[in-house]
Amino acid sequence: MNSSPGNMLSRWWPPLGLLLVVLAVWQASVWWFDWPPFLMPAPSDVARAVADDGDRLLAASLRTGVTALAGFTASLVAGVLIAVVFSQSRLVRQSCYPYAIFLQTVPIIAIAPLIITWFGTGFPSVVLVTLIISLFPIIASTTAGLVNIDEDLLELFRLYRADRWQVLWKLRLPHAVPYLVTGARTSSGMAVIGAIVGEFFVGHTTTHYGLGYLVLSTSQHLKTAHLFAAVIASALLGIALFTAVTWIGTTLLSRWGSGGRQAMHVTDPG
Amino acid sequence: MNFTPATATRTALALRQVNLAFDPDHRVLERVDLDVADGEFVTLVGPSGCGKSTVLRLMAGLLQPTAGWVELPGDPRIALVFQEPNLLPWRTVRENIGLPLELLGVDSGETERRVSESLELIGFGTPDVQKRPRELSGGMRMRVSLARALVTEPDVLLLDEPFAALDDLLREQLNEELLAIHRERGTTALFVTHNVSEAVFLSDRVVVMPAVAGGTFSEVAVDFPRPRTASLRAEAEFAGLAGEVSARLRRGGQEESS
Repeated sequence: MNSSPGNMLSRWWPPLGLLLVVLAVWQASVWWFDWPPFLMPAPSDVARAVADDGDRLLAASLRTGVTALAGFTASLVAGVLIAVVFSQSRLVRQSCYPYAIFLQTVPIIAIAPLIITWFGTGFPSVVLVTLIISLFPIIASTTAGLVNIDEDLLELFRLYRADRWQVLWKLRLPHAVPYLVTGARTSSGMAVIGAIVGEFFVGHTTTHYGLGYLVLSTSQHLKTAHLFAAVIASALLGIALFTAVTWIGTTLLSRWGSGGRQAMHVTDPG
Repeated sequence: MNFTPATATRTALALRQVNLAFDPDHRVLERVDLDVADGEFVTLVGPSGCGKSTVLRLMAGLLQPTAGWVELPGDPRIALVFQEPNLLPWRTVRENIGLPLELLGVDSGETERRVSESLELIGFGTPDVQKRPRELSGGMRMRVSLARALVTEPDVLLLDEPFAALDDLLREQLNEELLAIHRERGTTALFVTHNVSEAVFLSDRVVVMPAVAGGTFSEVAVDFPRPRTASLRAEAEFAGLAGEVSARLRRGGQEESS
């Protein structure tokens, strides 16, 4: 890991510099072309909206954060359990995997109304949408980790007459940990998207005022500066959860041997 | 062809008329007889793909013969050392060595004691036992793999080209350590290698396998007294025997092309 101050600086100044340039051009364009604020607010308008509406934004972010975390946790538990079942039999894997892929490819927009019809407009529906969106990466990566095991290691366990449970607990599950970490990272980003989409769908009738609801209501009232503020908060929330999961994963893998090291570099383009 | 050593006391393991085919067009072994006596050190050499590793896996019970049978009188404890160390990367050295006992359900006090004994046998320093495999050199990893095999106090030790990936110096050093362990424990050993000099240095007998299934096995007896030391490799008689094994290997290879 490159974490010396000099390194951090050389890593961070290009994106920060770009951000400053974009903000300056944006501010100047709004001023120069005199765009109406409901169509394109200036960065200064957005900043004002954040300042005015800070409490509501924070509350909504927390709300959405809790929902995303709940959905993510549910997909971790469900995903690992499903992967364990998949790992126990090729037949089960072959029978069920197409449906797991179905879960991944069906547009959430198509099933969200159904979920709301069944489970109402509260917290459970939003968590369920989050779960559906974030489940597949966990299933796919954990199954790969449980199944792709070196034949020699399986022979070693067979030589000492290990039963199915010993192979699962002492070989397959620990072997799958680095894979699970990779899947969890993808899944954490998707969980925030899932929570916002879910909130967006449950809409006005809801008792659940998260960022998705904020996006919906600000756009309907043409409070575009506030809409921008909500979008920025959504992005920051996604980054926060992703960073937290990555950090926990790195800490976990540091004691996990060489199997984990490849998985570490997925997000590191440098 | 039944190779029984002149000094045989008791058979430790044997193949009797063993055939093995993965499918009808892919016959690996045909009518193979092989005897290894109690406490004997036998090495299998042969061209790549002749089924040396398959013989070890049959002996270990990891493969079943298509015909014939495997004899293991007295149900001996068997350990297998692989070509790769095959250590679990998330376990420490100590935990890796203890794995077989864990799987066999040996209690923790006894495990502790036997792991320590094994560590001593391979000359592993205490600061290293809490390390994970990635922190060890290739030679150290192979030593841990050997210790893991020895921890069950096996009657029979099967070794599948364990030192093939190591440099010559390290290989010779580990050969000497292996002989010391064989001597101390009286373990029966069946060793597979490509390296003729290694085969002669270690063994009571070198069995040369044919290139194709159904071909002729031949053997070279190695009568150098034990304990053997590194200086044995410099003797003329040693070079002569190594040359003999090499010649038979070449002849085995020719059978394939004629």
